[in-house]
Amino acid sequence: METDQPKDRPWVMRTYSGHSTAQASNALYRLNLSKGQTGLSVAFDLPTQTGYDSDHALARGEVGKVGVPICHIGDMATLFTDIPLGQMNTSMTINGTAAWLLALYIAAAERQGVEPQALQGTTQNDIVKEYLSRGTYIFPPEPSLRLISDVITYTVKNVPKWNPVNVCSYHLQEAGATPVQEVAYALCTASAVLDTVRASGRLDAAEFAAAVGRLSFFVNSGVRFIEEVCKLRAFGQLWDELTRERYDVENPKLRRFRYGVQVNSLGLTEAQPENNIPRIVLEALGVTLSKDARCRAMQLPAWNEALGLPRPWDQQWSLRIQQILAFETDLLEYGDIFEGSTVVEGKTNAIKNAARAEVERVSDMGGVISALGYIKEQLVASHTERVRNITAGDHVVVGVNTFTESADSPLYRGDSSAILKVDEAAEREQVARLEAFRATRTQAEVDTALSGLHAAVLSGENIMPASIRCALAGVTTGEWTQTLRDIFGEFRAPTGIGGAAAARTVNGEAAQALEELRARVRKSAATLGRPLKVLIGKPGLDGHSNGAEQIAVWCRDAGMEVVYEGIRLSSEQIVTSVRDEGVHLVGLSILSGSHLRLVPEVLTGLRAEGLSDIPVVVGGIIPEDDAENLRQAGVARVYTPKDFEMLRILSDMVEVAEAAV
Amino acid sequence: MTQPSPSTVSALVDFNRQAIARALNLLEDRRPNRRAHALTLLDTLSTLPASAQVIGLTGPPGVGKSSLISRLIEPQVQAGRRVAIIAVDPSSTVSGGALLGDRGRMQLSAEVYARSYAARDRLGGLSREAFSAVFLLRHCCDVILVETVGVGQSETDITALADTTVLVVQPFSGDVLQFIKAGVMEIPDILAVNKADNQALAQKALSDTQAALALAQRPASPASEAWDSPVLAVSAATTLNLDALNRALSAHWQHLHATAGLEKKRAAQHLEWGIGEIRHEVGQRGLAALGGVAGVRTAWKRQPAPWSAVRKLSALLERVQYRT
Repeated sequence: METDQPKDRPWVMRTYSGHSTAQASNALYRLNLSKGQTGLSVAFDLPTQTGYDSDHALARGEVGKVGVPICHIGDMATLFTDIPLGQMNTSMTINGTAAWLLALYIAAAERQGVEPQALQGTTQNDIVKEYLSRGTYIFPPEPSLRLISDVITYTVKNVPKWNPVNVCSYHLQEAGATPVQEVAYALCTASAVLDTVRASGRLDAAEFAAAVGRLSFFVNSGVRFIEEVCKLRAFGQLWDELTRERYDVENPKLRRFRYGVQVNSLGLTEAQPENNIPRIVLEALGVTLSKDARCRAMQLPAWNEALGLPRPWDQQWSLRIQQILAFETDLLEYGDIFEGSTVVEGKTNAIKNAARAEVERVSDMGGVISALGYIKEQLVASHTERVRNITAGDHVVVGVNTFTESADSPLYRGDSSAILKVDEAAEREQVARLEAFRATRTQAEVDTALSGLHAAVLSGENIMPASIRCALAGVTTGEWTQTLRDIFGEFRAPTGIGGAAAARTVNGEAAQALEELRARVRKSAATLGRPLKVLIGKPGLDGHSNGAEQIAVWCRDAGMEVVYEGIRLSSEQIVTSVRDEGVHLVGLSILSGSHLRLVPEVLTGLRAEGLSDIPVVVGGIIPEDDAENLRQAGVARVYTPKDFEMLRILSDMVEVAEAAV
Repeated sequence: MTQPSPSTVSALVDFNRQAIARALNLLEDRRPNRRAHALTLLDTLSTLPASAQVIGLTGPPGVGKSSLISRLIEPQVQAGRRVAIIAVDPSSTVSGGALLGDRGRMQLSAEVYARSYAARDRLGGLSREAFSAVFLLRHCCDVILVETVGVGQSETDITALADTTVLVVQPFSGDVLQFIKAGVMEIPDILAVNKADNQALAQKALSDTQAALALAQRPASPASEAWDSPVLAVSAATTLNLDALNRALSAHWQHLHATAGLEKKRAAQHLEWGIGEIRHEVGQRGLAALGGVAGVRTAWKRQPAPWSAVRKLSALLERVQYRT
């Protein structure tokens, strides 16, 4: 039976990708487009995201790891070779340096002969969730909001089809947010952005309404897909309310809640990784089932993400899920199938009411920036609760804490054959290309462009025109960012761990296990001479701190004294802290894939300070071959996502510390 | 008793941070033979100059003590002075564990020595270990900044450890000012109203603080020793008035030297620390067996250094207990 309605248009299908070099990423993009992908989603490497050139000391080992390195207009042009920018819809996951990467994109398009008016796509450009969860912020809140506002006012007038900001609730869920927290804090962030734009006085009423209409969201969808349907309906209704009441937008089209989605990675497991495929499918349903709350663009993670970097075939499998959903099923043939459902309506209203109350609370604290510390503490607390529930078995994860028996998998043998190996020569090539590029520039043009940028930053005028001139003159990512760093300074975000409540909700067996662990920790003081003191460190540019924060909170709850300093520490800083603090054990958390460089650096530093007797344990997404490598280099233990039993990890850490005496 | 090697001692007074870290590990160690080593080390050091100014920063949580410290040390480090920082965080009463996060809130240059302590079971805003750490560090560097837990009226420890106590408040820190007025809290040597980037709020906070000081009861002291505690509106964020705060810190240091107040203050601190240690080790009844506080004070004066006094008194106590 066919329905009468015309079929709805499918969402834009993307895969978050980019690695090694602009050239290699370009080849991957063209391959993905040939398979029916309809948009691009660019992953940048950490040096690009944090504003360093590929040859900067802090970039060592990180170049091309979690995304593509883009240092200058030459890299940007290479990335889009034979991809007509006038017809492409490009989403860029870029925040601290969003204004700069957009300037490079506009300049690269100009070289392709494409006008800015024709460009379509998105810069993520949401600094608040960087402070709260993702960690690639650079500048303090005030200048960061100014940069965001500059991008918005510029694009509304000059790149009208661009989404200048993608407010992300995505990373809040990854950091442990409940649906209510996700909705509430994203709305608070959007308000902070729009308030800044309005206060800038650069837009008239019509332009401001257009800017509201261009604001889009980037959300997350977990496996509890019915709740996710309700969350997104609530999100849309609250956004409509907010844009009407707070920002006086009359045109309902400009009040529409437009969002893209990457479904949840937090719930993907390393154990029995093939189970992640049904999880991903169900998560995709959460953002597509309800026509009124359907996503505009989707990207799905790969089944083997918890093991390491996915290969092209793994990404293809995820794209096929989208295509089957859109083209084989009858999903797009109906109106909203939840219309009239009192169950969905009831849940939607419950989320709306709770989110409104939380928005109010943040507003009473003076808005999202003033409330950063509070919000971060709420997120860490929610995440701690989640980990406790998994450990206690209250939260079922099939193949992990329930139904763990498994036949041998033909897809994954526990080695590194089922993931992508990064080309270690890529960094050298990238640095060589950067040096060659610098040699082709006219230094006088670069200097003029940079002093123009400097003047624009100081005078408060919009930063975009000066940035585009820099892009065309051959200024590099590091040079652009350093100019701003010199003026704005740098920021350190709150860690949120102080506010996480002690483990009071644990009961039954789990409570007993925790008590036993505490006794064990207390007893270790006799062997160690004083209470067990550990340092949890995050070396390198990787800002994904959720894991490190959880370990820190759990160590505290187990009775340890825990030194935690936040993200982006150099190996030297970590070694200094280990020495000065007199800790018994060092735990390093690295999720960017640069563990083979960063960990040995710390080990060497410890040896140089005469601290080689302090044991080091490492946690992260670390393939078994690499883990063996690290153990050979002197690492006492390597923990990966399959070690989900927190109490076992902690008890193991006590053992390691005692054995070192 | 094993004496510390001359090379260890010279490394310590040369501000060798590897040696300092090792010595502070030793001071924390509760194993009996290490404890004896630790006291001997302190005895040896006590014959050497203890020339560092100990600056204590206290005040409610969230007033920006850590940020203020990282700003205050900048000019010190630039001037080539050797700086140490001791920061104390609360311990969880449930698990006994602690999150030591102050380091992360400070911008520390590589030249600074910084160490965090958990308050453990002590309630006065510091930890037992922080005391001996500061006693050691006084011989090793030029200035020591101590940051307390920051829990309010029970922050009594810091005056028993610092040469100069700075109370940091922010606009709307009414509670703390009440404590001063009521005489619950000792009057600090300097008051800093932080986060004064907002002019109107800062003005209000300044006048509140001055009013509280005017009402507070000051202990009677000879005119020559009198010190008028200055009140300063500062901002760690914009560096407003930080030079004035640094000047006030040196002025107080000079005042202590000019009035011989330093020696008196430190002697009293040592005694108080010793009584506290003895009470901790042997309890109230043990203290009574030594003749109470007066008995300890007498025995204390006959010893060359505070650390041997503690040891001597402990030995004495063992004999007393044996006899009874």
